[in-house]
Amino acid sequence: MPLKMGKATRDAFGEALRELGRENPNIVVVDGDVNNSTRTEYFAKEFPDRFWNVGIAESNMVSIAGGLAACGKVPFVASFACFILCNAFDQLRMSVAFPEMNVKVVGSHAGISIGEDGPSQMGIEDVALACALPGFTVVVPADEHATRAATRAIATHNGPCYLRVGRPNVPVVYEDGCHLTLGKAIQLRDGKDVTIIANGIMVAAALEATDLLADQGISARLLDMHTVKPIDEEAIVAAARDTGAMVVAEEHLAHGGLGSVVATAAARLCPVPMGFVNLGDVYAESGAPADLLKKYGLTAVDIVREVQSVLQRK
Amino acid sequence: MEQRKLSVPELKEKCRLLRKHIIEMTTAAGSGHPSSALSMVEILATLYFGGVLRYNAKDPWWRERDRLILSKGHGCPGLYATLAEAGFFPIEDLMTLRQLGSPLEGHPSYRRKLPGIEASTGSLGEGLSIGIGHALAARLDGLGYRVYVILGDGENDEGQVWEAAMAAVHHKVDNLTAIVDFNHRQQTGEMWDVLDIRPLADKWRAFGWETLEIDGHDLEQVADAFARVRRVTGKPQVIIARTVKGKGVSFMEADFSWHGRAAKPEEARKALAELGF
Repeated sequence: MPLKMGKATRDAFGEALRELGRENPNIVVVDGDVNNSTRTEYFAKEFPDRFWNVGIAESNMVSIAGGLAACGKVPFVASFACFILCNAFDQLRMSVAFPEMNVKVVGSHAGISIGEDGPSQMGIEDVALACALPGFTVVVPADEHATRAATRAIATHNGPCYLRVGRPNVPVVYEDGCHLTLGKAIQLRDGKDVTIIANGIMVAAALEATDLLADQGISARLLDMHTVKPIDEEAIVAAARDTGAMVVAEEHLAHGGLGSVVATAAARLCPVPMGFVNLGDVYAESGAPADLLKKYGLTAVDIVREVQSVLQRK
Repeated sequence: MEQRKLSVPELKEKCRLLRKHIIEMTTAAGSGHPSSALSMVEILATLYFGGVLRYNAKDPWWRERDRLILSKGHGCPGLYATLAEAGFFPIEDLMTLRQLGSPLEGHPSYRRKLPGIEASTGSLGEGLSIGIGHALAARLDGLGYRVYVILGDGENDEGQVWEAAMAAVHHKVDNLTAIVDFNHRQQTGEMWDVLDIRPLADKWRAFGWETLEIDGHDLEQVADAFARVRRVTGKPQVIIARTVKGKGVSFMEADFSWHGRAAKPEEARKALAELGF
């Protein structure tokens, strides 16, 4: 059954942040002049005294957040995933991760599904970079409801976090008011032949894939691995033990993302044949989001093909 | 909490003592940046012992304390020596500089929670931005503390310094003072040979900062500058302090190659003799 289309995860993030702002006066926002893209504008309109636009200067934005956190504030800094992670990486290292600052980093416009604006605006290295920072919690929610829950979860978690959200409207996977526990995967389907581990927009694609696989008589478990770090090793071990094969799907480059993190855990704890659905090692191009996802191999059909391939090695 | 304010002769003596600690601790460590610490001794002494900073060494994280962020983190032997003299931790700890297990790391580390260290620095260019964060928090919380950030002149090469300079003016962050330790010497040579950033004061003025230029080794000028910046409202202030890298030790003053080098024991004896020890 096709999923109902919902809001963009960036919209849900903006709404959740405004709501959290009403509950916690220590939440503040530093913006790099993209608040109408990241949706921190909702917070800014209601709490102008707790919001600073510091211009198109991500490095300064992130270090200011580090200083605010040292004084007990809970700063959210949001920009495009590519700009905040790539432009301000040393500031995330020195002003946030190394001094163990309670800063919430939000990267919007992640992945190739931003479409027409093209590769310069696509954050496809962000999860790898965020995971490289000691102490960071890294979350990639699947839909609007999971994003609201994830925003609340990182706001109350004491420590630096990275939340990845996207630009386009995405299908609804969860119920309104759903709960999300950081570091705990959500099993959306059970199965015995293979486990698909996905996050972000690939969760909806994986749901469709499980239906297509069922038509072929293949029973697939599906885990929404919304938290890439710390990874849910228990769920990975159980999946390997119960199904004997795994396919990891993500809207990210091959190196250092969810696939790498799951494979590292699996290699150590429970090696089984694995397959990977991701962008590989290339930059994409401009185009309509659906066309890009198809061309770069990030659809339900691509997941099905990878499952078939991995089952031959089982 | 008010500190006892030392007289100028007392401050001079304190500076001599700080220079001794800097030489001894870096020589004991066998590495470090003594010359970068020596150039800012009068600035640090005036801040901590000249009645500028409000702090309580027995309650180092006091919410209303003034903040000092050493953005030129490599100069930390100078800050560690000052904090020890101010009573933040025992003077004997200075001799653990750079040793495994010591919170007196090679560059300041916030997570070690060493009393008096407000930020992790050492990757140049970030301290002024972190200082803006502290200053904005003071405004939000209705607290009257001030934030001081010491930058190197070479650090002004970093683009982030100017991002911070623009943002501080735009947001009228007037409880923020930057001090540029303008010793005109960096890792590979003289500033004018590496990247000539002159006229530096004109640049800060053009960015909208209240800009003072002083002799950074003249204690009366340093004290006067800190008194003047405190009276400025509506905009941040910068004190460009002309200094001498390696100040007080003739052979360090003469040679830029002392940037990242500690004195060997024999050289340290000569340095201490020059300082009158």
